[in-house]
Amino acid sequence: MSDLLGLNAVAAREALDKKAISSVELTTAYLGAAEATAGLNNYVALTADHALAMAAESDKRIAAGAAGLLEGLPVGVKDLFCTKGISSTACSNILKGFVPPYESTVTANLWAAGGVMLGKLNCDEFAMGSGNETSAYGPAINPWQGKDKVDLVPGGSSGGSASAVAARSALLATGTDTGGSIRQPAAFCGVVGLKPTYGRCSRWGIVAFASSLDQAGPFTRTVADNALMMTAMASHDAKDSTSTQTPLQDLIGAVGDGVKGMKIGVPKEYVMDGMDSEVVTLWEQGQAWLRDAGAELIDVSLPHTKYALPAYYIIAPAEASSNLARYDGVRYGMRVDAETLDGMYEATRAAGFGEEVQRRIMIGTYVLSAGYYDAYYLKAQKVRRLIKGDFDAAFQTVDALLTPATPSAAFPVGRKIDDPVTNFLNDVFTVPANLAGLPGIAVPGGVTSDGLPLGLQVLGRPFDEASLYRVAGVLEQAAGFTMTPARMAGGAA
Amino acid sequence: MSDLVTGRTGDWEVVIGLEVHAQVSSNAKLFSGASASFGSAPNENVSLVDAAMPGMLPVINRECVYQAIRTGLGLKAQINLTSVFDRKNYFYADLPQGYQISQFKDPIVGEGSLRIVMADGSTRDIGIERLHLEQDAGKSMHDQHPTKSYIDLNRTGVALMEIVSRPDMRSAAEAAAYVRKLRSILRYLGTCDGNMEEGSLRADVNVSVRRPGGPLGTRTETKNLNSLRFIQAAIDYEVARQIEIIEDGGAIDQETRLFDTATGTTRTMRSKEDAHDYRYFPDPDLLPMIVTQDEVDALASALPELPDDIRDRLMGEYGLSAYDASVITEERDTARYYEAASDGRDRKLVANWMTVELFGALNKSGKSLENCPISPEKLGELVGLISDGTISGRIAKDVFADMFETGKGAAAIVDEKGLKQVSDSGAIEALIDQVLAANQDKVEDYRGGKDKLFGFFVGQVMKQSGGQANPGMVNQILRSKLDGA
Amino acid sequence: MSVDKTTVAKIARLARINVPDERLEPLAAELNGILNWIAELDEVNTDNVEPLASVTGHALPMRDDVVTDGNRLDDVLSNVPEGASGFFVVPKVVE
Repeated sequence: MSDLLGLNAVAAREALDKKAISSVELTTAYLGAAEATAGLNNYVALTADHALAMAAESDKRIAAGAAGLLEGLPVGVKDLFCTKGISSTACSNILKGFVPPYESTVTANLWAAGGVMLGKLNCDEFAMGSGNETSAYGPAINPWQGKDKVDLVPGGSSGGSASAVAARSALLATGTDTGGSIRQPAAFCGVVGLKPTYGRCSRWGIVAFASSLDQAGPFTRTVADNALMMTAMASHDAKDSTSTQTPLQDLIGAVGDGVKGMKIGVPKEYVMDGMDSEVVTLWEQGQAWLRDAGAELIDVSLPHTKYALPAYYIIAPAEASSNLARYDGVRYGMRVDAETLDGMYEATRAAGFGEEVQRRIMIGTYVLSAGYYDAYYLKAQKVRRLIKGDFDAAFQTVDALLTPATPSAAFPVGRKIDDPVTNFLNDVFTVPANLAGLPGIAVPGGVTSDGLPLGLQVLGRPFDEASLYRVAGVLEQAAGFTMTPARMAGGAA
Repeated sequence: MSDLVTGRTGDWEVVIGLEVHAQVSSNAKLFSGASASFGSAPNENVSLVDAAMPGMLPVINRECVYQAIRTGLGLKAQINLTSVFDRKNYFYADLPQGYQISQFKDPIVGEGSLRIVMADGSTRDIGIERLHLEQDAGKSMHDQHPTKSYIDLNRTGVALMEIVSRPDMRSAAEAAAYVRKLRSILRYLGTCDGNMEEGSLRADVNVSVRRPGGPLGTRTETKNLNSLRFIQAAIDYEVARQIEIIEDGGAIDQETRLFDTATGTTRTMRSKEDAHDYRYFPDPDLLPMIVTQDEVDALASALPELPDDIRDRLMGEYGLSAYDASVITEERDTARYYEAASDGRDRKLVANWMTVELFGALNKSGKSLENCPISPEKLGELVGLISDGTISGRIAKDVFADMFETGKGAAAIVDEKGLKQVSDSGAIEALIDQVLAANQDKVEDYRGGKDKLFGFFVGQVMKQSGGQANPGMVNQILRSKLDGA
Repeated sequence: MSVDKTTVAKIARLARINVPDERLEPLAAELNGILNWIAELDEVNTDNVEPLASVTGHALPMRDDVVTDGNRLDDVLSNVPEGASGFFVVPKVVE
């Protein structure tokens, strides 16, 4: 079994085409891995029968020479995506029992490309969180452990997705990224995660958190796998007004293109207080790798960087407070009965939403309310323009930016903090890209002295995911990251 | 003429502004592909977007945008090439999203104006502040069950145009004239069917009172009035209520009220203080909407002739009275009928026949112009027979009645019944001589000063001729015989 | 800007979330922590800066006026907590 699990997606595709393995075999191995790693609480719904049926269909298509881009490859889906006929809850009690009669565009693309759905993956409730600790299903656990063997968070909000790919209970996984929810967990779990340019992937059928920031993206083991999955996920969708018609580049080809002649910016404002020294070291190492590969490293300035987090924590909750108004117990999901309509709303939403979600709805409601709109929301949108302006200026002189992905490695589950703001700081390197709508990728760069993965982040121009893959490909090769987590399926590290 | 209202302590001026919600005529809804038609079974015309399922997104219907622009052009208003959609956030069972997509700061249409014509023929220009597009809400039924309300989302998401007037109206009559005219323009343009009973057109009235020349008073808003009668009744009630409160030393609460159609009164809506905090912000699922000047110009050049322009033309070119011109141009179909009927005929005479005889007959029989038994061409033919002296106006009325009943043409009926007017001066002279000879005493009296007897002679001649003598000729010849000789 | 118990209660009402009395003070403290931190934005000079409503760079796409949806009562009611004869059902509202 571990041989099967050891194949990355590109290799698995080749093996399937060669008929060396079948999708049913591969899927069975992954279903077994999911069971074996159940302690990580990555899957909130494992749909074994459905998966095997899809795998059987894939095998037929492969036999007929009609294999799609992802034919036969097992995929885990973050529970934020609506999957037709299969429970989709955004990991919230308020959507308990919700079975959508429709399929999100992104997942429909995956199945059309021949992907095989293993099940739904754990995440922070309504994608709000950086540690997958706010889920109604309980926390997802990182398969990596430090020497003290304490349970660590996989990051969030797409914690289950990152953890499953790292633990080899999913070969590919979908995530969403609103403030870093793909890149940060990818870095914490030592896997590759891309947040595409805003508008690249359709948002139709994905439970909305913050509409102007949300983007779906792929989690994979390797950069090449990531380009493959991304190619299948992206599409223009007329059902999503924010969906772009800008054509997708050849991402698969870009991975091996190298960085000769590329100009890579290093933003000086990304040096932050409280940053782990090992993170700084890795960042410098990353710069050296790129320089050795023929890129020119240039210092750039993004002066408004430090204001990205507070701006984000105004804009995202504001949009969320409005997006989550539809969860009211009337047409689907949980309902707590009451004598009056308002009573029903208040009781349902109090029982259905967790603390973090309630907190963010309250903040969002407040910053939009009469008398505060100008001071908060409008101000934040102006700062947002300044932040985007910083990037636009930088991209006049460089083709991509290299930054750390997170200020530290994964931290323990249940870490007690009094101040919600502490958790927000996890997103300090990732949030600016969401505000500016830029693509960003996290690639594993190394491990800490405690054996925990650290990631590097590359940011690029709008709709230029190809440049990200060029840089990521070089970093991956230079880093030679072969370590595997202690709680990986198919064998201990 | 003053519209001032006299209170206990003096005169009051009434200030009225109207917000009219007009459902856009379109096949599909504003942001969803479900049907916008009326009268389907509950929740049949509902898409997943309308039901606000998780992950659903809005996509705008171009035709709804164009209908709004056409309406703006019809109101001589500024079209804003860039406009923005905002979310208006509140909770109600008929609002699945928990917000209504509307336009707050940057509407599609800006300032314009609308001309109203009062009963006495005077005109006033009422200012239009703006027109914006927004989603309609669903329907709640509260009377189907003792403890539950039933929700139908068919209407959710249908496109509405909200047309906001400036507070330029000064009486309930002006408000009614405004709504009538607005409805007429919408129907001319085909942008809204204006069916108030079905709810395609509803009005909210803002009413306040002040001393003439004084500062504006506090206004109240009375919502969802769906007939001209209710609009006027609500205004009258509010005006009286407000005057009484102020004259008694009290103050008006700025609030939203509902009109009770059964009692003709308004009452406070059961709302909380926070009901008005809609937390508007630009809808992040939508981008700023841009229409090009070329698109607007194309829409403008394809607009039908508007009622005011037709009215001006009828008065200027054909010499119609203001009243006739207004009545004829109230509906596009009426204007079309008139154009066809009066083509090549005495324009004024046709107008008169339409507004008096035709409409009278239609009203009496409960018919409308749509199913009128007399075609425009046939009416024109009748008028033609009057103009060329074939029949008198008096006889024409009988012919008309026959036409209305049988659908036959005027000439046919005149021939059939031998109703041709006698305009042979010799024949008429003979008749007159007969009458005068038979009434010598009265002739003496007339010549002695009893002028009123002239009418008696005319009547006798007409009677003798079976009504067919040409009245003009009778008058002329009788005059010369009585006075001249 | 800071919020007190009363403001928190008002916000909870606007958001239609029942916050128990004993949660109001602690929630006010949590919210104030966040609001104080957010206030950092006051440092930024945003005179003459337009708010950024959209990052995509394209204008609102429009669709044709064709009925392409609806007639899917089963889907629309597929997850309803309470329904009757095709309607959604909620506790009675008094206007």
